[in-house]
Amino acid sequence: MNKYETVFILTPVLSDDQMKEAVDKFKKVLTDADATIVNEENWGLRKLAYPIEKKTTGFYNLLEFEADPTVVAKLETAFRRDEKVIRFLTFRLDKFAAEYALKRRNLRKAAAEAKPVEEAPVVEEAPAAEVTND
Amino acid sequence: MAQTQSEIRYLTPLSVDTKKKKYCRFKRSGIKYIDYKDPEFLKKFLNEQGKILPRRITGTSLKFQRRVAKAVKRARHLALLPYVTDLMK
Repeated sequence: MNKYETVFILTPVLSDDQMKEAVDKFKKVLTDADATIVNEENWGLRKLAYPIEKKTTGFYNLLEFEADPTVVAKLETAFRRDEKVIRFLTFRLDKFAAEYALKRRNLRKAAAEAKPVEEAPVVEEAPAAEVTND
Repeated sequence: MAQTQSEIRYLTPLSVDTKKKKYCRFKRSGIKYIDYKDPEFLKKFLNEQGKILPRRITGTSLKFQRRVAKAVKRARHLALLPYVTDLMK
């Protein structure tokens, strides 16, 4: 079992429900292949640094999972088959990346918990600030 | 006559600054993993055109230069950073 992280960009033409549906589809691909999803993040609609398929924005989604190496190929074929996905990147987390990912996860969790309690959370000083803002 | 010539007067005093030693910021601050998800941070290692700056300028150690390069390339793939641009900063 290795730790992997994947980021994929969905077309901006989708509605929120369609987007969630697409994300669930890929999560299902993973869970069906006996992978455990560790973390998922939705960065929302972001501007692309350069146009991809004549689109200037996209929905960014991140999944962290633990799985066998064969699962990645399955996931990537699913990405390639789906025309809603305009870009994706999957890679294995090395020990430093895994450490960082854990820290980031805890930070985000803490930020999410702090939000409902106090109206102005301290998200700004977290490194993931610009991610959570949009 | 000869004495006055040797005494060259400058309008501004010559700055004899000692060269500031470059250092690897990752080694110094103990950063082990460079995140591709933070394009603002990665921009410190790019020039105006979005090219990766050489180690000779940033002072990054070889180990971390490789990691910076990898992070920048991942960010470019995901359209977090541009491949080519003008006036990025």
